[in-house]
Amino acid sequence: MRNIHKRFGGVHAVQGVSIDLMPGEVVGVLGHNGAGKTVLMKALSGAIPCDEGEIIINGQQVAIKRPRDARHHGIETIYQTLALSDNLDAPANLFLGREIMTPYGTLDDGAMENEARKVIQRLNPNFTNIKDPVRNMSGGQRQSVAIARAIYFNAKILIMDEPTAALGPHETAMVAELIKQLKSEGIGIFLISHDLHDVFDLADRVSVIKNGKLVGTEYTSQVTKDEVLGMIILGKQPGESKAA
Amino acid sequence: MQSKPSQNSKSSLFHRLSTELEINTRMLAMIGALIFIWVVLNVLTDGIFFTSRNLYNLAVQTSVVGIMATGMVLVIVARHIDLSVGSLMGFTGMVIAYLQVHVFTLGAAWNWTMTVVCGLVLGGIVGLWQGWWVAYRGVPAFVVTLGGLLVFRGGAYLVTDGRTVAPMDKTYQLLGGGIDGSIGATWSWVFGIVCILLMIFGTLSNRVRRKKYGFKPKARWAELVLLLIGIGVVCAFVMIMNSYYKPRTEIPRGIPIPVLILISVVAVMTLLAKITKFGRYVFAIGGNPEAAELSGINVQRVTMYIFMVMGILCGIAAVITTARLNAGANSMGTMAELNVIAAAVIGGTSLAGGIGTIAGAILGAVIMQSLESGMVLMGVTSAMRQVVIGLVLIIAVWFDVMYNKNKR
Repeated sequence: MRNIHKRFGGVHAVQGVSIDLMPGEVVGVLGHNGAGKTVLMKALSGAIPCDEGEIIINGQQVAIKRPRDARHHGIETIYQTLALSDNLDAPANLFLGREIMTPYGTLDDGAMENEARKVIQRLNPNFTNIKDPVRNMSGGQRQSVAIARAIYFNAKILIMDEPTAALGPHETAMVAELIKQLKSEGIGIFLISHDLHDVFDLADRVSVIKNGKLVGTEYTSQVTKDEVLGMIILGKQPGESKAA
Repeated sequence: MQSKPSQNSKSSLFHRLSTELEINTRMLAMIGALIFIWVVLNVLTDGIFFTSRNLYNLAVQTSVVGIMATGMVLVIVARHIDLSVGSLMGFTGMVIAYLQVHVFTLGAAWNWTMTVVCGLVLGGIVGLWQGWWVAYRGVPAFVVTLGGLLVFRGGAYLVTDGRTVAPMDKTYQLLGGGIDGSIGATWSWVFGIVCILLMIFGTLSNRVRRKKYGFKPKARWAELVLLLIGIGVVCAFVMIMNSYYKPRTEIPRGIPIPVLILISVVAVMTLLAKITKFGRYVFAIGGNPEAAELSGINVQRVTMYIFMVMGILCGIAAVITTARLNAGANSMGTMAELNVIAAAVIGGTSLAGGIGTIAGAILGAVIMQSLESGMVLMGVTSAMRQVVIGLVLIIAVWFDVMYNKNKR
């Protein structure tokens, strides 16, 4: 993503941020609430089309105006709100917008349930009541549905917005495990969080955003948590904080 | 779902029954309520309510509201409302009558078929137009269809400057279910047997499908019970319709044509809601509009088509009404929107969106019509009937609220 701008009326929420991601790499996107990290990621997922700037995938410039475009380019998103239809069951949510159809052009609920069981089994073996409406499910189960939806369709790029915010310690560990596994399969992951500790151990690099501008991108192996914290809070470069 | 220990064995039995049969508890409750209402009305009317004549008329009267209620379910499920259905029905009905009597060749065989086609197309176009305002111009459906209520009521008047158009084509009149507007005993049985075969086929194919993926099949006794109940209902219905004779003869009437139309509409709408992408998207939008948008659903287009379906159903209702009246009058369908919405809501469609069934809406329509016609038989004044129906609506929604609270 290069030089992305987004304005909401008078508010210039994202001001010329550039950010990149390699296959099999995890990039943490950090910043305070309201720093513009979610807006930036929504530009990539098509939920909020950007005003200026370009998105380049595998050297090709692509236009992402709608969520459908992003999915078409292999970009899947797990939203902080999970974006599930509460009245539908897990298979319906998993395949929403990309249903499996029978040869007669009708919904193939059996096939969808079967596939959903397989992929959810892998994520969360204790999760069997997938035919309930998701409104009746626990936070972890709902999260599983949202994650299953993102990984089922062979994503190349995965955006996870605060993926562990609603989860207990056990489920958080599970998500961390999953991120490592997806990374080894060559999927690039943007991990959005306001909490440094969630991200630092999982990410290869971190990009810090403050007031709609990119403070800097650093390899986690080359900076300390305190230095990144300095970037988030004060907008200081790691070098500056050493000098101070 | 948190399964609370049930307070007593009776409620747990009820719950178990509903899970094994895979019917919603609220659907069971509604069927119970309907049977209760029927029995009470039968006692209060000294047995007139359960005569074949009354049940026949009840079925015919339910069809118009029932047909529109199936569309209203989709509209309300998608978090919208359509207040214009009564006016739209009056308007399309007037256009149909005008075309049939004043424009097309009188008595020609193609006349009535063409007018039916025109009526449905007109309904669909008006629906699309209203849907366009809602979906692409962002005007709330309440406002658009409130405007539509006035526009099309006025339009119905303007078609003929308020004059009533009559009489309609002889063949066309059959669609309204008059004296000859039913299919006779033999064809009623043929229809009943086809329905039963379809039910058996449906049960078997469901079992095969579940086996294919190794899912737990429905308990065999549950399948059998449901099938027997279904067969019983079909047979009872055909027998009742056949035991009502044409005046001063022994010729059974059989199933009225408007009821056949209603049954076909219910079948088509149920399939639309359950096994097509469109139906799935309607429910997804109702459950969470943002999520539907993020899932790549074209929410605007789906919304527009929902109103188109509603418009076409208004056209069908207009056909039956004009055929039954044997005339086009500009007051047709006045206040029908309220009956239609009430039927959908009594039938368990949640005004918060996302929840509702076609079958429930039909049950709701039958409950409303039963109360209405039962009270007519008892000699209750029309003012008093309105009071009762209004109160029933409030109580039905109150039950709905309680039901949802208890489930959490």
